Amino acid sequence: MAPITVTTTINGEAVSYLCEGDETLLDVLRDRLGLTGAKEGCSTGDCGACSVVLDGRVVCSCLVLGAEAAGREIETIEGMADGETLHPLQEKFIEHAALQCGVCTPGILVAAQVLLARNPSPSEEEVRFGLAGNLCRCTGYDKIVRAVLDAADTMRDGQ
Amino acid sequence: MRYEAPENIETAVKLLAGETGNARVLAGGTDLLVQLRLGHVEPDLVVDIKRIAGLQAITAEDGGFRIGAAVSGAQLGEHDGVRALWPGVVEAVGLIGSTQVQGRASIGGNLCNASPAADAVPALVAAGAVATIAGPDGRREVAVENFATGPGRTVLAAAEIVESILLPARAPGSSDAYLRFIPRSEMDIAVVGAGISLTMAGSGKCSGARVALGAVAERVLLVEEAGEALTGTNLDDRALSRMGDAVAAACRPIDDKRGTKVFRTKVARVLAIRAAKIALERAGRA
Repeated sequence: MAPITVTTTINGEAVSYLCEGDETLLDVLRDRLGLTGAKEGCSTGDCGACSVVLDGRVVCSCLVLGAEAAGREIETIEGMADGETLHPLQEKFIEHAALQCGVCTPGILVAAQVLLARNPSPSEEEVRFGLAGNLCRCTGYDKIVRAVLDAADTMRDGQ
Repeated sequence: MRYEAPENIETAVKLLAGETGNARVLAGGTDLLVQLRLGHVEPDLVVDIKRIAGLQAITAEDGGFRIGAAVSGAQLGEHDGVRALWPGVVEAVGLIGSTQVQGRASIGGNLCNASPAADAVPALVAAGAVATIAGPDGRREVAVENFATGPGRTVLAAAEIVESILLPARAPGSSDAYLRFIPRSEMDIAVVGAGISLTMAGSGKCSGARVALGAVAERVLLVEEAGEALTGTNLDDRALSRMGDAVAAACRPIDDKRGTKVFRTKVARVLAIRAAKIALERAGRA
């Protein structure tokens, strides 16, 4: 079977790639486009390490085919910082030491960004429920939740 | 594996009908891609139905709503009209998976995956939802309670696709509710699920009720005797208890790691009674 040509938008830039029919978006991002921020964890949609934003919704890129992305808008962790200037969520994750090994961190940041875009003033419970699809085996989640709530405060103040 | 994303249902049906090997329909992919990855299915053809007009749309129809088969849980949860008319269906769909899964997982997929523990299905059965199926011989309609025939098995024939699901109009004083039991607060598969839809007439008596159960049989069950036990009553304790007895009598669960037969049967009774009380309270506001 000949590879499929896909034209899409990733982090605001038009991108074209070739992929096989059964190739996931995660594999395309990592292996064909060199965007290795999204991580492969479980490959079954449980851990959220591969989270990206597809047409405004956070999804597991391991459960999306590369071919499905044609004509869509994709945002990845690589598009989060503005050049050398980190996003407030990234700043707060460092400040609160909300990561240890870092494998879950890109997915959590992407999911938290979408969460705050939809709900700029979440409660602690809303953050915990909103990020229930992102597993972290290091931090115990507490620092992550604090970092997200603090980032929400900073982002509201900045408006 | 060949990937096709046709723009109309006729082409999708033709693609499926023309495939001599194994063909699968792709909507949100939250079941299919996991099965692909685990090697449980090895399709020669995958037909993505999300680019077909209407399959990701929610449209008002005769006082109810037609839900495209590929509408995601997140999309349904954001629809004010459906939330107001069928809150039990919306809360059932909203229980499926994480935020990431909600962004993709579809109503049609939950139906077609035919898990006995599917969360959306008992609520859809209680609602009296009807699936429209497109196939080589045209369209046909199937009541959702008759759709699954066993775990992973459905009435779909070769090259047939669920196109949409109709949530019907409601009489005033109607509402619905869905509850499930899981041993944690989020992201798990139902040990038991119970969906109830009812209408309270102006007299304060229930003029009709439908009760459906998940994860207590080989497929989602519509328990007609349970609905009948509520009809004509004001849902007093005696009526609720009789309804619970009918629920328990209908359960034929298995013992597995999620729960025993005895536990599931007991929980089904409790959840159905609680769901009925929630639906009653909502009906008072509807």
